[in-house]
This record gives sequence, C-alpha cells and structure tokens, in this order.
Amino acid sequence: MTVRVQSQDFDLGAELAALRGANPRVGAIATFVGLARDVNDGRDVLDITLEHYPGMTERALEAIVDQARQRWDIIDALIVHRVGTIAPGEQIVLVAVTGMHRHDAFDACRFLIDYLKTDAPFWKKERTSQGTRWVEARSSDERARAAWK
Amino acid sequence: MKLSVLYFARLRDAIGRSGEHIDVPAGVATVGELRAWLAQRGAPWSDAFAQVRPIRAAVDQAMAVDATELREGAEVAFFPPVTGG
Repeated sequence: MTVRVQSQDFDLGAELAALRGANPRVGAIATFVGLARDVNDGRDVLDITLEHYPGMTERALEAIVDQARQRWDIIDALIVHRVGTIAPGEQIVLVAVTGMHRHDAFDACRFLIDYLKTDAPFWKKERTSQGTRWVEARSSDERARAAWK
Repeated sequence: MKLSVLYFARLRDAIGRSGEHIDVPAGVATVGELRAWLAQRGAPWSDAFAQVRPIRAAVDQAMAVDATELREGAEVAFFPPVTGG
C-alpha cells in the first residue's frame, strides 16, 4: 500500500506500472483520476490551491486503505494526492486498486475516493474571475460516503 | 494542561494564525470545552468560531468529536469540513 501527498504532478502510466509491478496475479486495475475543472458553482475558476494537515493526512489515507483491504479482496492500493496550486485541466488525485477480478477492484476504488472526500484533511481554495473563495463541502459527498455503510 | 492547537483553511484565515501553544485551566477537558474556552477569550477567536460553521476537530491527528477527551501535550486541530479529492 502506498499513500503520497506531493506538490508535483504524477505520471499515470508510470504509477500504474509500479503498482502492478511484476505480479502475475493482477487481473484488474481500477483507477480514478480527479482533475481540476475550470468552472465551479457557476464561476470561472482560474486555479485552485490545496492545503492539507501534514501527518494527519497520511494517517487518514492509510486508515481508509486499511478499511478497503478488510472489506474487499484486493491486491494493492495507491493514493497520490497533490497539494499547492493547480491549474484547470491538471490532475489532482489518483486512486488505483489492483485485484484478481474487476468487481472488488472497482468497488474498493470507489470506496477509497468517496471516503477520501469526507475523511482526509485537505481543503481547496479557488481563485475565480470574481475573487478568491474557500470551496464549500458538499452534502452529496457525505451521502456518497454514508451509502457504503 | 498544556496543548498545541492548530487551525486550518478558512478558520486559520479568520483567526489570523496557524496555531498556538496554550495552557488551559482545569475544567477544560474535552474538545468541546476547549473550543468554548478559546472562543470566550474574545476576538479573533470568538468571531472566527461564530463565523466558520460547522467546525471539525482532530486530536493527535485522528478525527474527534466534542466529547473527545484531551490529554497533557495533545495536538488539537480545528478546521472546516474537508474538501479534497
């Protein structure tokens, strides 16, 4: 299991190759890549800046992966989350899960991003054409997390 | 009881600092009591805790609730709901 918080961009192909490694048991890789949009709540977004709680972030992500491991039959998992200033179109987050079969890999991947959204201490601030604002948490994210109970 | 308190995101902006080391009096034993004690010190804490709602908290880097008990030397963080991903 690997969780990483970093300011630099990530190479999707290289990350998936490293996660898969040389393990011939891997029959499926499920991935989610979150991107920065150029619009949010009706405003044009010029860029977003992500901050986090160093130390707690890594612990929270590792705890989420532990839960996924207990719940599904997966081989490995990777979470890479960027912090700092990110322009529209750039990658923000990668969640990737390997398994023998697709169903467990897909479900664990969705679970990981849904839990990350509500449990990992990251905060987004966006610079828009009408000023800078902190992004509000969405109740739909809380509902997505609750649906896994 | 000596505590290290951290503030993040909108709450840090409202308070104007990212954290502080404090020594709280007896009677401040939980997260909820700490938040009330911080706010009763007046501005900027009173305004910040009134404006930024809801507030989440963590104790020693694990999510906490108002009833979570504090210990000597604990790291207590207050912040708005998270918005990563």
